[in-house]
Amino acid sequence: MIRHLLSAADLDAGTATEVLDTAARMDEAIADREVKKLPTLRGRTVVNLFYEDSTRTRISFEAAAKRLSADVINFSAKGSSVSKGESLKDTALTLQAMGADAVVIRHPASGAPYQLAGWVNGSVLNAGDGTHEHPTQALLDAYTMRSRLGRVDGLSVAIVGDVLHSRVARSNVLLLSALGAKVTLVGPPTLLPLGIEDALASGTEVRYDLDEVLPGVDVVMMLRVQRERMEDAYFPSAREYTRRYGLDGARLRALPEHAIVMHPGPMNRGMEISPEVADSPRSTIVEQVANGVSVRMAVLYLLLGGAK
Amino acid sequence: MTTYLLKGVSLLGRDRTDLLLADGRITDASTAGAEVIDADGLVALPGLVDLHTHLREPGREDAETVESGSRAAALGGYTAVCAMANTEPVADTAGVVEQVWRLGRAAGLVDVQPVGAVTVGLGGEQLAELGAMAGSAARVRIFSDDGHCVADPRVMRRALEYVKAFDGVIAQHAEEPRLTVGAQMHEGSVSVRLGLAGWPAVAEEAIVARDALLAGHVGARLHVCHVSTAGSVEILRWAKRSGVRVTAEVTPHHLLLTDASAESYDPVFKVNPPLRTAEDIAALRAALADGTIDAVATDHAPHAVEDKECEWDYARPGMLGLETALSIVYQNGGLDWDQIAERMSRTPARIAGLADHGRDPVPGAPANLTLVDPQARWRVDPTALASGSRNTPYAGMALPGRVVHTFLRGEPTVFEGKATR
Ligand SMILES: [Zn+2]
Repeated sequence: MIRHLLSAADLDAGTATEVLDTAARMDEAIADREVKKLPTLRGRTVVNLFYEDSTRTRISFEAAAKRLSADVINFSAKGSSVSKGESLKDTALTLQAMGADAVVIRHPASGAPYQLAGWVNGSVLNAGDGTHEHPTQALLDAYTMRSRLGRVDGLSVAIVGDVLHSRVARSNVLLLSALGAKVTLVGPPTLLPLGIEDALASGTEVRYDLDEVLPGVDVVMMLRVQRERMEDAYFPSAREYTRRYGLDGARLRALPEHAIVMHPGPMNRGMEISPEVADSPRSTIVEQVANGVSVRMAVLYLLLGGAK
Repeated sequence: MTTYLLKGVSLLGRDRTDLLLADGRITDASTAGAEVIDADGLVALPGLVDLHTHLREPGREDAETVESGSRAAALGGYTAVCAMANTEPVADTAGVVEQVWRLGRAAGLVDVQPVGAVTVGLGGEQLAELGAMAGSAARVRIFSDDGHCVADPRVMRRALEYVKAFDGVIAQHAEEPRLTVGAQMHEGSVSVRLGLAGWPAVAEEAIVARDALLAGHVGARLHVCHVSTAGSVEILRWAKRSGVRVTAEVTPHHLLLTDASAESYDPVFKVNPPLRTAEDIAALRAALADGTIDAVATDHAPHAVEDKECEWDYARPGMLGLETALSIVYQNGGLDWDQIAERMSRTPARIAGLADHGRDPVPGAPANLTLVDPQARWRVDPTALASGSRNTPYAGMALPGRVVHTFLRGEPTVFEGKATR
């Protein structure tokens, strides 16, 4: 097993499948228990090092670690030495001294987990770095596809919206392609980085017209789009964005009957996704949250040598 | 003053000869009483001249001082460096440029030729007192807001015109700032994968093209700093053919390193303009060989550890260059020693207006020269560098060509590989 999870590219198809299989076993093991806890990581310390507010991701990792009986330390940028300007390296040395077995890091700067991995002995899990990657999100998305559609291999997946600023999109392109899915990126050209067709995985397609794409997909994944992007001239207005790239009821009905709708959250209801779609039975948004815990349990278990 | 007899040097890599250094010049007078230095097979070059050095003093003496930077320069074979103006305070007055010039004289290791800011505080709006700096003891001829682009076309036009009065030249850091907001590295497939904001080649090329047209229009001298893209090379080729008085420099790192270096997220590879692609490197090497690019300049940019040992986004751009430039160019420039002398000494001295530098070490010339062992290889150890900082991108690399002796006005500043002061 790998030591760190910094990028979805760290996972080949075999390793990724092992994570998904382990997550499924975790689900079953927990379901059978009255106390929702496994003793696997007793005595191990997992640090959540969060430089960005992301309650949902932090809680998900915290729940995953606790269900494996690990000790969890939350080290948040708010109200700690981090916000007083302590460097990442000094913080890393502190965590090292505390004997952290794993550090889960969320950071606004792309690549910060790579540097952290050079400064601590424990495993580093990238929980989202800048506009780079969010590998456990991709794993939970793949897990969700597998549980809804039975497989990932051979699926056609459209990822729609602000790919340029999306770490979720990067990790998903890498992971889903490795697992044999065909990924199509859809959005206004301003939000699709130049050359992305070849930058991450060969076979990635780029399309500008959502309506042409929808009838042929098994999965449509909507990315969060910040309204402020229009101030940087990425698109003219929220209204025009929604008209061209928002998923509403009419577009939902253009999807094949079996197709599912995903969103990594938090949603901008009315912007990239209409309330009708978000709350429809084809939406997996709530499941994704639950699956997040299982997948993160699997990753912690495998990284921390539970498999040895 | 000691008289030195350098025995058996290979002048510009060619014929073996002895060089006699007396009273600050190379002479053919009597060798009687001279201290003999065995220089058998060492390549004698005119002392190198750097058009683009950040010495950080005043303001960031924790990263570099005029003295430590001068020592690094001498060890790299330089006898003159042009000190960039982005200090704290900015070198935008006669007072600051004279201070830097005096610090250089006091250190006595290389001639430190201050560059003056184009605009007050590098703000890009109001012209600094260019004439006062030109008329000061520092005799400033190169003006640059380096680190910032003089982006306003009207200000740039005025600056180009104004310095014609004293044969000045505007050295432009070509970067259209509206195209590089938040930019972290070359915009291309690597930046897409790494999720680092892209610095597109067109942001440089748009300014190079604009400035070449402006310089042509007003008949002024333009110098383009650290050219980094194949597109800029094409524009320069066109401008020179069209008779524009434009010169250009390339850094050693842009001749060797690509944007793939960023994959480590190690900010030692963060630099502005950013490392580009293999195609750009090929175009830059060809341009250096055919003279479209006139000079190699280091853009030596020392940074304190805390400004580099951090997240890529937060790190300052820039890398050390003075102590490695000659070896990198020797290894990667595709130039013979005479061409190296042309690109790293004669031409930069001419651009900077330094009459006592850039002259081949033959009788009659000022004794500003460096002697290089072309056979030696050395390993780059950041802790062993003379610079006050450690941010070299070449750590651990074995490089060919080692500076053995450097002489400034006939006195050794580097002797047997060690700085003399
Ligand atoms: Zn510059």
